Amino acid sequence: MTEQLQEHFDATISRDQRIEPRDWMPDGYRKTLIRQIAQHAHSEIIGMQPEGEWITRAPSLRRKAILFAKVQDEAGHGLYLYSAAETLGADRADLTNRLIEGRQKYSSIFNYPTLSFADVGVIGWFVDGAAICNQVPLCRSSYGPYARAMVRICKEESFHQRQGYELLMTMMRGTEAQREMVQDAVNRWWWPSLMMFGPPDDASPNSAQSMAWKIKRHSNDELRRRFVDMTVPQAEKLGVTLPDPELRWNAERGHHDFGTPDWDELMRVIKGDGPCNDQRMERRRSAHEEGAWVREAATVHAAKQAARERKGAVA
Amino acid sequence: MTTTPAAETVRTAAALALGDDALVLSHRLGEWAGHAPVLEEEVALANIALDLLGQARVLLSTAGDEDELAFLREERAFRNCQLVEQPNGDFAHTIARQLFFSTYQHLLHDRLASGDGPFAPLAGKAVKEAAYHRDHAEQWTLRLGDGTDESHGRTQRAVDALWRYTGELFQPVEGLDEVDWAGLERTWLELVTDVLGRATLTVPEGPRTGAWSAGAGRQGLHTEPFGRMIAEMQHLHRSHPGATW
Repeated sequence: MTEQLQEHFDATISRDQRIEPRDWMPDGYRKTLIRQIAQHAHSEIIGMQPEGEWITRAPSLRRKAILFAKVQDEAGHGLYLYSAAETLGADRADLTNRLIEGRQKYSSIFNYPTLSFADVGVIGWFVDGAAICNQVPLCRSSYGPYARAMVRICKEESFHQRQGYELLMTMMRGTEAQREMVQDAVNRWWWPSLMMFGPPDDASPNSAQSMAWKIKRHSNDELRRRFVDMTVPQAEKLGVTLPDPELRWNAERGHHDFGTPDWDELMRVIKGDGPCNDQRMERRRSAHEEGAWVREAATVHAAKQAARERKGAVA
Repeated sequence: MTTTPAAETVRTAAALALGDDALVLSHRLGEWAGHAPVLEEEVALANIALDLLGQARVLLSTAGDEDELAFLREERAFRNCQLVEQPNGDFAHTIARQLFFSTYQHLLHDRLASGDGPFAPLAGKAVKEAAYHRDHAEQWTLRLGDGTDESHGRTQRAVDALWRYTGELFQPVEGLDEVDWAGLERTWLELVTDVLGRATLTVPEGPRTGAWSAGAGRQGLHTEPFGRMIAEMQHLHRSHPGATW
């Protein structure tokens, strides 16, 4: 019986058709997807913090409105993704607890601090750019609800990316101090952004299985290369340098050569020892704990209302 | 329509009063980003804040340059009522502040939208937004007031603490002549009394005169937390004079 189900599943994957919530799927596939989608959702939620830092300090009302809308979109993306994870039998409250207890991860990038307003633009350009490289192929992921969530999310992400780049363009045309802010932000975010694609292929044990299941469609290194190729001309147009002495065009390969990210740093950040890990987790935990009485009130009120309606229906 | 310089000044003053209310409350709601009790409220509070910021931008632009007005005025030149500058406190304080303000703003914009004054077009749009904000605040007032003992207690304390700032909402704003302020206040009191009653909360009996006297905020007399708020809001803009963002 299981063999037949497995065969049917394998055939669906090999025909590039979608797996849907009611379809049979191997336990490993379900678990991997729950982990990946949940971590993706957590990243959206934790990712509200570094940019949210600047809502109250945005230097113009237009930028403030753009930033507000972006942070709101991120909360919305978190909601879609938690819903997608729930179609696999996960529970949002449980996933939130796993995040707060440190049992599930979120993207390493959000453990870096936003130290100037240029960081807001650079996050849009690099971080959303990297997210797009990662997520556009996920629109063809084998799991239907995940792929569909990605379609919506990618549209909004590319909008954010353009807005981030436009902020940097405006700042580069501005004062000397503004240009320095941009270059400094680029210097600080470049390597962490390359690390967003995960460890190199030869050190990424789960990738092969995820690619066989067509959950992932491209390897970490492949996506990283694509990001570099996409970003270098944008940096030139902007008039900033990328902080990598080994970066140059390789005409033979038709790609850029670039230096090696500090993988030790990535491992440290993933294990909880980055610049802001503690602060991000503490903030998420305190928001959750301080909101407990509100959620409880909503639950109790809903129960009271339901009881009153039942009583009304009887009378 | 021709306006005399004096009428223009009055119109500007009214735009600042309405615009500053929206600007300051939007800013306070922005402080919730990443702190809300549930994700749905992250979305809702940001949504309300964005609506208010949109209103503020239109209103401040009718009075001058929106960024100059937002980022370069001193505390004493802001014309917002003291209610909107009150710190967020816990979620109950934020909701009580929203209930009082959104009910007021909904009634006010409804009145302005049906008149033929200069703010009618803006109010026509804002009244729809304010209706949504008011509904959101009422629903939460009911959930919190008629929820657990803890949520009831917190909400009653919030209502009591903010009550003193509600009288100012009905001090006539010069330039908004079509508004019957006393009638607006009566209707507001009826509506708020009804919601608080359904939420099993008690309508406070204390004064509604604000920190100085009713109407002080509109004269540029604010409460202490406001200075700190605008210091944060303005610091980056002020650090780079003349820069474009």
